[in-house]
Amino acid sequence: MLFQLPEGLAEAVNPREDLSYEYTLFGKGHTKVLKRSRIRKREYASALLFLAPWIIGFVVFEIGPLLASGTISFFKWDLIGDPRWAGLANYEELFTRDALFWQSFKVTTIYSLSSIPLRLALALLVALLMNQKVPGIAAFRTIFYMPSVVSGVVMAMIWFWVFNSRFGILNHFLGLMGIDGPNWLMDTKWVMPAFVVMSLWSIGAPMITFLAGLQGVPQELYDAASVDGAGRWRVFWSVTWPLLTPVVFFNLVTGVISSFQTFTASYVMTEGGPANSTLFYVLYLYRNAFKVFRMGKACAMAWILFVLVLVLTTLMFKSSPLWVFYETEVEGRR
Amino acid sequence: MQATPRMAWALQRRLRRGILFLVLCAIAVILMIPLFWMVSTSLKVEEQVYTFPPVWMPKPIAWENYAYALVRILPFPRFIGNTLYVSVASTVGAVLTSSMAAFAFSRLRWPGRDYVFMLVLATMMVPMFSTIVPTFILFHKLGWVDTYYPLIVPFWTGGAAFYIFLMRQFFMTIPIDLDEAARIDGCSDVRIWWHVLLPLSRPAVATVAVYCFMARWNDFFKPLIFLHSMEKLTVTLGLNMFRSAARDYGVRYHWLMAASVAALLPSLVVFFLAQKTFVQGVVMTGIKG
Repeated sequence: MLFQLPEGLAEAVNPREDLSYEYTLFGKGHTKVLKRSRIRKREYASALLFLAPWIIGFVVFEIGPLLASGTISFFKWDLIGDPRWAGLANYEELFTRDALFWQSFKVTTIYSLSSIPLRLALALLVALLMNQKVPGIAAFRTIFYMPSVVSGVVMAMIWFWVFNSRFGILNHFLGLMGIDGPNWLMDTKWVMPAFVVMSLWSIGAPMITFLAGLQGVPQELYDAASVDGAGRWRVFWSVTWPLLTPVVFFNLVTGVISSFQTFTASYVMTEGGPANSTLFYVLYLYRNAFKVFRMGKACAMAWILFVLVLVLTTLMFKSSPLWVFYETEVEGRR
Repeated sequence: MQATPRMAWALQRRLRRGILFLVLCAIAVILMIPLFWMVSTSLKVEEQVYTFPPVWMPKPIAWENYAYALVRILPFPRFIGNTLYVSVASTVGAVLTSSMAAFAFSRLRWPGRDYVFMLVLATMMVPMFSTIVPTFILFHKLGWVDTYYPLIVPFWTGGAAFYIFLMRQFFMTIPIDLDEAARIDGCSDVRIWWHVLLPLSRPAVATVAVYCFMARWNDFFKPLIFLHSMEKLTVTLGLNMFRSAARDYGVRYHWLMAASVAALLPSLVVFFLAQKTFVQGVVMTGIKG
């Protein structure tokens, strides 16, 4: 500090200071404490003012709708008439009689299980390649990130054309290799692989985070490892990977949350077809809500999705001590 | 004689680096092919679109595809204007309100602050689809369906948890002495936020603005459920209309691709202008998150 603040004011303006003594208002603190508490009150009021938009948003657009979803899920409601109490009927229908619900669940799970690991592996691989000292790294980074800027709809349009069975370039390239390419988007066997391939095109975000993570690995550790005579493979698993696990964890969590909400590609390219083989969970939810106006059923699906994502993220967080390595842990033990 | 192993080693290293460079080039080419293919198709005359093997360079170049796709079939300039309006209006709100919340989380003292901040972060895990039905019903009851309010108003309420997080992280790096000095000079919190923190947080403001703008520009689902009238549609909806119209009358890929290029261009421009900001934002969330 360049100058000394007057006593009392210094405490009042320093937010890092603890709040404990405010409760001595009617104790022995007298006027000084009273003044402080007035400043505090003003600060609470100010905090409330600054937080007001977020609080409104949280109530009206987050927790409110979430609870409302739960409530509506116990009703049958077409939005025109009055909601009718239905108990657990919506859930019962979904779990026991609705084959499409299970189909949508299956489609989403298969897609997530194949696309997330492949995306992360590819992103990591590209980031590792880029982390070597190669010329033109900035240009590569731009090019590798560019597909991720493309919106879902434009991406669907591009790949709709790329996957075209007769004139598409994918089958052209396969033809050059002597392979007779399938009718990707019309074939129940090939449409899911097609979606996964498409998802591998936009790996910009995980790639950039991996690259940043790699650049954060201290050079001393690599030097130490090479002094100890560790080979490349060993260095990767003993030095790079542990330090990278927080980034892997982050990409995994965001990947799961977003892949369970895959909508645009299936809505635009295949409309859930052929034979419901790309009927993603949220596409089916959308249809129930906005095509056949079964609000109760859609809300039941919304809550099942919420619980599912909650369970999956909790599992990931709970499992993280087993495999995610935080540098601060070591520092803390010192 | 002594130099030989070292030379061999250097040679090997150069070779390895060369191979690496080629691999990266190959990946770059593969990633760029779909984009190139889109642009190339958008400039072809119809006969060249449906040929096998495909033609890579259009000849003659059919600029008229753009005129046709963007003006004669659907009012694309109008869609672009609509999307611009929605995106800018939401972005302004998101920047203002998320930085306000960030200010409360990083500069003001109040009980339970860190718990509430955890709550902010927790909202990131709530799937948008879990809240969409009641949100739709709310806007429906308000009579706001087929207006731009449902697309803009939510961004004036703190933007998104992620934006608040980004802003807060940045505010934490600004020395608190600056606020103190301003406060001694008699500045109110509002003025400290507006005149001290926001001007010093240009990188964070830019990151949030670019992110929010891109996300709004590219959004498909919310416009899909909230907008119906033709004259109000956004670019992504227009493109999808194009596609469904094409389904009935046969797909005209050269026009579809021309419209796609037009829809993509603004986000590409923003990306190139704000590339550094963009990459920084990804890094900030990924590493510090």
